[in-house]
Amino acid sequence: MSDVANNATGTTTMTMAGAINAGLRTAMERDPKVLLMGEDIGALGGVFRVTDGLHKDFGDDRVIDTPLAESGIVGTAIGLGMRGYRSVCEIQFEGFIFPAYNQITTQLAKMHYRSQGNITLPLVIRVPYAGGIGAIEHHSESPEALFAHTPGLRIFTPATPQDAYDGIQQAIAAPDPVLFFEPKARYWDKGEVNTGAVESRLSDAAATIGISGARVAREGTDVTLVAYGPTVRLALQSAELAAQAGTSVEVIDLRSISPLDSDAVVKSAKKTGRVVVTHEAVTTFGVAAEVSARVTEQAFFHLHAPVLRVGGFHTPYPGATFEHEYLPNLDRVLDAVDRVMKH
Amino acid sequence: MENLGPLSEDGLVCLLNHQGEVLQDPTFSPYASHLTPEKLREFWHDMSVLRAWDMEAMSLQRQGELGLWVQSYGQEAAQIGSGHALRDPDFVFPSYREHGVAMTRGVDLPSILRIFRGLEHGSWDPAEHGFHLYTLVIGAHALHATGYAMGMDRDGLVASGDANKDGAVVCYFGDGATSQGDIAESMTFASVNKAPIVFFCQNNQFAISESVTRQTNIPLADRAKGWGMPSIRVDGNDVIACHAVTQWALEYARAGNGPVFIEALTYRMGAHTTSDDPTRYRTKADEEYWIERDPIARLTAYLDSTGELSDEFREAVAGEGKALGARTRESVRGWSKPATLEMFDHVYAQPHSTLQAERAWFERYEQSFADVEAKN
Repeated sequence: MSDVANNATGTTTMTMAGAINAGLRTAMERDPKVLLMGEDIGALGGVFRVTDGLHKDFGDDRVIDTPLAESGIVGTAIGLGMRGYRSVCEIQFEGFIFPAYNQITTQLAKMHYRSQGNITLPLVIRVPYAGGIGAIEHHSESPEALFAHTPGLRIFTPATPQDAYDGIQQAIAAPDPVLFFEPKARYWDKGEVNTGAVESRLSDAAATIGISGARVAREGTDVTLVAYGPTVRLALQSAELAAQAGTSVEVIDLRSISPLDSDAVVKSAKKTGRVVVTHEAVTTFGVAAEVSARVTEQAFFHLHAPVLRVGGFHTPYPGATFEHEYLPNLDRVLDAVDRVMKH
Repeated sequence: MENLGPLSEDGLVCLLNHQGEVLQDPTFSPYASHLTPEKLREFWHDMSVLRAWDMEAMSLQRQGELGLWVQSYGQEAAQIGSGHALRDPDFVFPSYREHGVAMTRGVDLPSILRIFRGLEHGSWDPAEHGFHLYTLVIGAHALHATGYAMGMDRDGLVASGDANKDGAVVCYFGDGATSQGDIAESMTFASVNKAPIVFFCQNNQFAISESVTRQTNIPLADRAKGWGMPSIRVDGNDVIACHAVTQWALEYARAGNGPVFIEALTYRMGAHTTSDDPTRYRTKADEEYWIERDPIARLTAYLDSTGELSDEFREAVAGEGKALGARTRESVRGWSKPATLEMFDHVYAQPHSTLQAERAWFERYEQSFADVEAKN
């Protein structure tokens, strides 16, 4: 990875893919029990090159090219976990996680509970997800809500290289299973990354959230715009355009989906009285619905407008020529901002 | 090659036939040569106590004390024989009917009923007994077993030559499970990683109501050829043969040679569970054929023929079965419902804000009733 060190700020310019790679390397150097498992993650470095160079430096025993069987990857990682190994499993694309859905939801998520705490499974499942890259079927989806509905799992999704670098290390260190959703369209976005000890940057919420909770990505006073992973950049661009039109938008980047840092969202909602939530996933029964419900339950009398959702439609992910209209875009987000401002 | 079909009894490894006569096998008889009369009496003891306890659990379910019961009735030889081949460093991944194996691993049998009384989902510490929790999603645990075996290999607990250190995993599952993708994936991962694991398939001929002929048209053991692993088809009602082949397989796996597949052909003499009704899908004649092949009866016949089963011993074992039954009854009836808030325990190893908030709300909600009662 071609990271650029910046001596003036003590940070390094990295892509998100490079930041995850660096975070994995740091975790592997710290703990010999950390293993990487997945398809094509060895000599190839993964189809997105996120594990580039790790096989060369850590060898076959630590960076394992597995058989092409997702249930097998997660299932054997559970067994290895029972012997103290912290496997980081790469699912090549989110659309291929479903052969492992049984292992993740009926086994991994429940083992600590059903063993009454005797078995902890500190696994991480890395999932490149979401669209915007012109891909074919099964390569652009956002299935995070399916996992957020499952007790026993933690779900994290970074929107910046810094959060990717910190988040992957926190996920590996966590004693609970973590699904780490990586917005693949953001893999090559660059940002400044402080590679000092991750512990120094943990938010106060980390004590109850497990890993970093929500962050205010941009402060504002009129509308709270909640986003995560792939839609954070869109939310920030929307806020910028709204500001030019005289509307002050506060952008919340959730980062953690399970648990959901509702305190941060509710605090902002009480301040602005207007909430819009945007994600790429199908809107029905999605994360935005949960955010909306919590805001309604906890900040109802502060609201000036109904909470609006901007997300994918109730269709299978369409062919790539449709994705600009299918996915939340500036027009649809700003339309929702206008609608809540009319109240 | 002639297709023998999944229920063929031709070519099964058998060292004690159902008339109680000892047979010789060039490969496996040496693995039974250490079985002294005393050890065989121990097998007979365990199988008999297990069966008596199983019947007690059945009665408790019929009396409404358990929500469900899953009998091991008929499979005592496969479970006790293989279980006695295990050593301390070995680790077992059972499905949910392996009460006999649990017994050989020192799990207190009555504690198993906590699961079936709805108190919890797992009643023992797997690490303490080298015996994982039961898994109800068919075949899912085979991948855990394979990963665990891969971990033992990484940890240097295979092929070191130190008998106190080298171990292997035994994964139990049934004939129905062999149709699951997870079993196929387990065999793939185990073979390419040369994992120290014995896949022990108890072919009890039924997946609830479906005959094994709905799962395969060849003997299940033959499937292992596709993964290049040795396989053995054994008479699952012959405790001596089950012991010998498992001993062979464990030595093979502990020495770092990779996985082995054992198919033990047995018969589920009871129902699938207490919710099942086998009269709807199998004949009396079929049941009677297998009653003649009862795993305990044939060992009784053999030990009787050699004069090694005294009346005193039989009575002592019967008494032990009764005492265990009484202790089980007493335990089950004495278990009270745990505090409601315990249902929130152990979902996560670290605090989770959603769960904490729900638990706190529910605690206040419950307390509100107590407050009202206190006022009245």
